[in-house]
Amino acid sequence: MIPRRTLLLATVAGAALGLSGCGSDSLEATGDLDDGKLTIYSAQHKNLTEAWGRAFQDETGIEVQVRYGNDSSMGAQIVQEGQASPADVFLTENSPAMTTVQNAGMLAEVAPATLERVEPRFVPSTKEWTGIAARSTVLVYNPSMISEDELPASIMDLADPRYAGQWSAAAGGADFQAIVSAILQVEGAEQTEAWLKALKSDAKVYQNNIATMKAVNEGQSAMGIIYHYYWYRDQALQKASSGNTALHYFRNEDPGAFVSVSGGGVLRSSAKQDQAQRFLAFVTSPAGQEILRTEDVKEYAVGTGDASDPALPTIASLQPPDIDPFTLEQQKVIDLMTQAGLL
Amino acid sequence: MLPLLVVAVTALQSGPAEAFALVWRPRVAELLRNTVSLVVLTGTLSAVLGVGAAWLVERTALPGAGLWRVAFVAPLAVPAFVNSFAWAALVPGFSGLGGAVLVTTLSYFPFVFLPVAALLRSTDPGLEEAARSLGLGPVRTFLRVGLAQLRPALLGGLLLVALHLLAEFGALEMLRFPTFTTAILDQYEVAFDSRSGSVLALVLMGLAVTVLTLEMLARGRTRHARVGAGSARRPTRARLGALTVPALLATGGLAVLAVGVPAWSIGTWLTRTGEAYEPVVLGPAVRSTLGLALVAALVTTVATFPAAWLLARRRSRFAVLVERVTYLASSLPGVVVALALIALAIGYARPLYQTAPVLVLAYAVLFVPRAMVTTRAAIAAVPPELGDAARALGDGPLRAFARVQLPLMLRGTMAGFALVFIAVSTELTATLLLAPTGTQTLATAFWSASSSLDYAAAAPYAAALVVLSAPLTWLLLRSGREEPAT
Repeated sequence: MIPRRTLLLATVAGAALGLSGCGSDSLEATGDLDDGKLTIYSAQHKNLTEAWGRAFQDETGIEVQVRYGNDSSMGAQIVQEGQASPADVFLTENSPAMTTVQNAGMLAEVAPATLERVEPRFVPSTKEWTGIAARSTVLVYNPSMISEDELPASIMDLADPRYAGQWSAAAGGADFQAIVSAILQVEGAEQTEAWLKALKSDAKVYQNNIATMKAVNEGQSAMGIIYHYYWYRDQALQKASSGNTALHYFRNEDPGAFVSVSGGGVLRSSAKQDQAQRFLAFVTSPAGQEILRTEDVKEYAVGTGDASDPALPTIASLQPPDIDPFTLEQQKVIDLMTQAGLL
Repeated sequence: MLPLLVVAVTALQSGPAEAFALVWRPRVAELLRNTVSLVVLTGTLSAVLGVGAAWLVERTALPGAGLWRVAFVAPLAVPAFVNSFAWAALVPGFSGLGGAVLVTTLSYFPFVFLPVAALLRSTDPGLEEAARSLGLGPVRTFLRVGLAQLRPALLGGLLLVALHLLAEFGALEMLRFPTFTTAILDQYEVAFDSRSGSVLALVLMGLAVTVLTLEMLARGRTRHARVGAGSARRPTRARLGALTVPALLATGGLAVLAVGVPAWSIGTWLTRTGEAYEPVVLGPAVRSTLGLALVAALVTTVATFPAAWLLARRRSRFAVLVERVTYLASSLPGVVVALALIALAIGYARPLYQTAPVLVLAYAVLFVPRAMVTTRAAIAAVPPELGDAARALGDGPLRAFARVQLPLMLRGTMAGFALVFIAVSTELTATLLLAPTGTQTLATAFWSASSSLDYAAAAPYAAALVVLSAPLTWLLLRSGREEPAT
């Protein structure tokens, strides 16, 4: 009796251990990292990272494994891991997380040939990382709740009491914090603080951009601050989350016209400097940038002369504020948001 | 106990002044207000619904008592975060304190119903009859005598409700109702290992200890057992008469809200999985969930056994202390335990960081008491003399234990194993923080789909979670039936 039970338990435990190690066919690393592969820490969307990784593998024969995370926590995690970090390449959705790693002195300079390919406005002055894609701030609104001529002229006008209760944002996410960092740089700390206070008292906070867009679509909120590509992606599908909405661009170098730069950097501690630089070179090459257009990603291309998805308005027409992505500060934004009671 | 220390140390690392500044701010006051009002409102409602339903089911001639009993335990098979998804997917804009109280009450009132019903079924009605014969009406009898007898069961149930509320993350985050636990996870998202998060965790820990203390104080030293000889009678059931229909409507309504709504909502979305944005891949999630749950349940049960043995056989001060400490640790919200383990792994065991063993350890810390209760009872039920007899017949001590006592204890131990297994397979908070990269469990896969409001993609995971926790209902019903009289 007992031996059989013991055997059963042992089988069960063995099976369990075996099963928990099973993975799918994605590039995502499961369990232990493989020292032989190029390790990418990606806070970018999974579909985009996978498309880049696969195309890179096909072209170079260098094998890639990916760890996924979010901008802020992954940036902080790399800093925590320090010299022992297994990461070779770090990809972000917004620049502040990259700045965190750079300020810790952990990034190697990007190869000059790579930086020459990228439009100068998407290259930080330090040359320690490069833009790999870009996204624009937009105001998604529900025309049945607010008409076009009632919309605010500037993102700062949302703090006006007349919009109280009508707008929403995903304040907890890194995307939104990047937008706040732009507001901070254009308008200064005092204005930003007042604006965040209005956000706290007047706006609804959702978990992420998609939830914000859906809330506007379902009429729970008249306006929401999101990034453009969530809307364009949904429009290209069944419009289930955006069918009742339209987009409003602030333009005029308003902080609300902020174009956020997704960054790519090579870790100084990486033993695979050469391969890591080749990865960045690939991502910014015409072939790498074309993926932004063909894979339903709907983010902007940043390579010189590379076309973005034709459905998108050109970056020049967005009239974004002139901001050096290097100077966007994460900690100051988090402090201000903590003070405003948003975090 | 370690989690307590680690969190306290991290929180105070920056010096008391900064820690004080982090505690003493409007956001913390807001979180405190939200958390406390949620606990008070949901606690009160759960007490009213739980006791009311238990009384109707156990002490009146309400038709279909057996059916209602199942219906009022069944909500425990739907994790609260799945329940709030069900409501939010059905009622657009469902959120805030009202929504949070409704969902958590419907999810947690069975914690009150279960022990109260068991007690009502088994207590001697003699005391109440005495009160009636001394001139009290039925209502006042219930308030003055019945409730007093129910106090230990009611308090125990409320304690569980309160501790679950303090630890709840998914349900409240989805309803956009910030409490300490949701705020701590937000902080973690922003800053990875933030001091501010640890300070909030410290306050949350304080709340958990306060709840535990309040329960102990309220329990008091009153005697609840019968005095004197004679066998207890089964309580008589009150006739409802004209009230039968309203009572049926009330129990039916509660069952519809607590069981019907989630079932219907998940069911409808299941038929619409074609509309999902993200592809649904159940296979790997099911495999990693089952794998983790099996290993964690095994580790927890094995780790619990020696302590349970000591408690049942050689009840010393030390054993009691061990028991209390494990209960305290498990009353800590999952997020606190997870943060502490992250700090420990990064600081002292870097290779273990973001690996399955750390996650399994967190599960063990959180769920040891679930295994402890049943394992201890199982050990206590086996007479030690059996072992002596086996030894007298020539077996060595180990052999006697393995051949005679262990098999008899296995059933109860397996029940503990099952309880831990179910708890692990639906755990969300600690899993979100500690899961190795690339590992998705049903709960985290459900979470990532539902937090993008991709209801169609979330529904299959929700259904799988419910299927996994369904045996819990059966286990609880069975143990409720076997509960001995006080």
